[in-house]
Amino acid sequence: MTQGQYTVISNRPIAAATWEMLLAGDTSALTRPGQFVNLRTGGHYLRRPLSVCAWDDSRLTLIYKVVGQGTDWLSERQAGDPIDMLCGLGNGFDTGLSGQYPLLIGGGVGLPPLYQLAHQLVDEGKQPRLIMGFNSVQEVFYREEFERLMPVTVTTMDGSCGVRGLVTEVPPETNCTYFYACGPSPMLRALCGCLTMPGQLSLEERMGCGFGACMGCTIRTRLGDKRVCKEGPVFLKEELIW
Amino acid sequence: MVSTAVSLCGIHMDNPVMAASGTFGYGAEFADLYDINCLGSFSFKGTTLHPRFGNPTPRIAESASGMLNAVGLQNPGVEKVIEEELPRMRAFFSKPVMANVSGFALEEYVETCRLLDNQEQVGWLEVNISCPNVHGGGMSFGTRPQSAAEVTRAVKAVCKKPVIIKLSPNVSDIAAIARACEDAGADGLSLINTLVGMRLNLKTRKPILNNVTGGLSGPAILPVALAMVYRVYQAVRIPIVGMGGISCARDVVEMMLAGATAVQIGAANLVDPYICRDIIADLPVVMAQLGIHNLNDIIGGAHS
Repeated sequence: MTQGQYTVISNRPIAAATWEMLLAGDTSALTRPGQFVNLRTGGHYLRRPLSVCAWDDSRLTLIYKVVGQGTDWLSERQAGDPIDMLCGLGNGFDTGLSGQYPLLIGGGVGLPPLYQLAHQLVDEGKQPRLIMGFNSVQEVFYREEFERLMPVTVTTMDGSCGVRGLVTEVPPETNCTYFYACGPSPMLRALCGCLTMPGQLSLEERMGCGFGACMGCTIRTRLGDKRVCKEGPVFLKEELIW
Repeated sequence: MVSTAVSLCGIHMDNPVMAASGTFGYGAEFADLYDINCLGSFSFKGTTLHPRFGNPTPRIAESASGMLNAVGLQNPGVEKVIEEELPRMRAFFSKPVMANVSGFALEEYVETCRLLDNQEQVGWLEVNISCPNVHGGGMSFGTRPQSAAEVTRAVKAVCKKPVIIKLSPNVSDIAAIARACEDAGADGLSLINTLVGMRLNLKTRKPILNNVTGGLSGPAILPVALAMVYRVYQAVRIPIVGMGGISCARDVVEMMLAGATAVQIGAANLVDPYICRDIIADLPVVMAQLGIHNLNDIIGGAHS
């Protein structure tokens, strides 16, 4: 984990209430896709955890939904503005278990951490596929970016884009033997219920610190009590209790 | 040259700054970030006789200049703390540590304190009779002078090391409880624990915290803490560890002027993991600015 000031390079809306922010700063603590940052916003005491969408040696991309005061403040940041951030938190996805044809499943703003994961899987010579779920066409983002890497199936609740319904409506390809998922808890729970293959899921929880000190985000798992911020946010399907 | 050293219940501290229980774990997460031997000391995670999962999530909510927690004393239990956490701590912290103890029955407090009192690394016992987030124990011991005294007496009977009783602000007369603890043999007092609070989720129309209420901490409660430390200082002669919303070196000086011999930093650790280190580095600078040569000179300075 590193703490420091990061500088906004760009900050723009990419879908309904969904923003993409590019920042410059120390990314040395980012070692795996699925890790997150915890950033200070104006008018709030606690930091806001956001998963990292992509990074290189000196820049990182965050995608966030404006849902309240903190993310509203974030959307008002402009190029050159500083942001105080803890970077490189959590454990991230393990690509070693993916097999040749991993299935990626993302719901809404659960998609961003799957982007760097997809890059890494492709770099490793694997052939991932993606199912991306949204409420409606207005919320769809990063479709082209993902399509450059792999085959993509879009689902929307209202049917305004792609398959109508939940991501669980799409039958997984028969050659997929492993999955990676990030999204709202009901989606993750449903996936664990209907997918027989093993996989990894990135969980969301209200956090105090984000680095394992406060025990604010502890959940029970089959392998003991675990902090979502420290031992997670990515967990094996087999260890989760729904 | 200024002197930041203080003595708490006869134990030397290089500076009065401690990390508060429940915001610093058993030190390991912070020792990964900086050498925590710069601390005066720290009070480790509230430990109970038996392991506890704590409350279901959500355990955290927020407010202007503060936060609510309802962790509910998650800890591995005293046996594991002695077998695993204390040996691990030895590798990165070489000063006496404060052992924070909670319980749900008198015998639990006594047994947990007795076991921890025997540990060489433990300097002080901090007996938490003020946790607002557990039911049938915790705070219920700390809201009446008689039960507070009962816990103090029982723990004192089995401990050789200084016993500091951690008091709740959720009471009508904190000075009366402080006096009862002093009369029962307490070596020191620490205050304040968190204030009971609540936030609601406007979509679900229900409390955010699974526990319904939580404990408020952070800068929002600093003035409350100062007023209570000030009041308790007038009521007792034993030393006070002051805490509640301290976020900078100036707050440390303020808390000591109100009557604290040492201070604890709590919620601020969660927002800025380097805050204790930075406050300790800043303290001599602030002292010089304020014309303070020796911190001992200002303890309770507001009362003279």
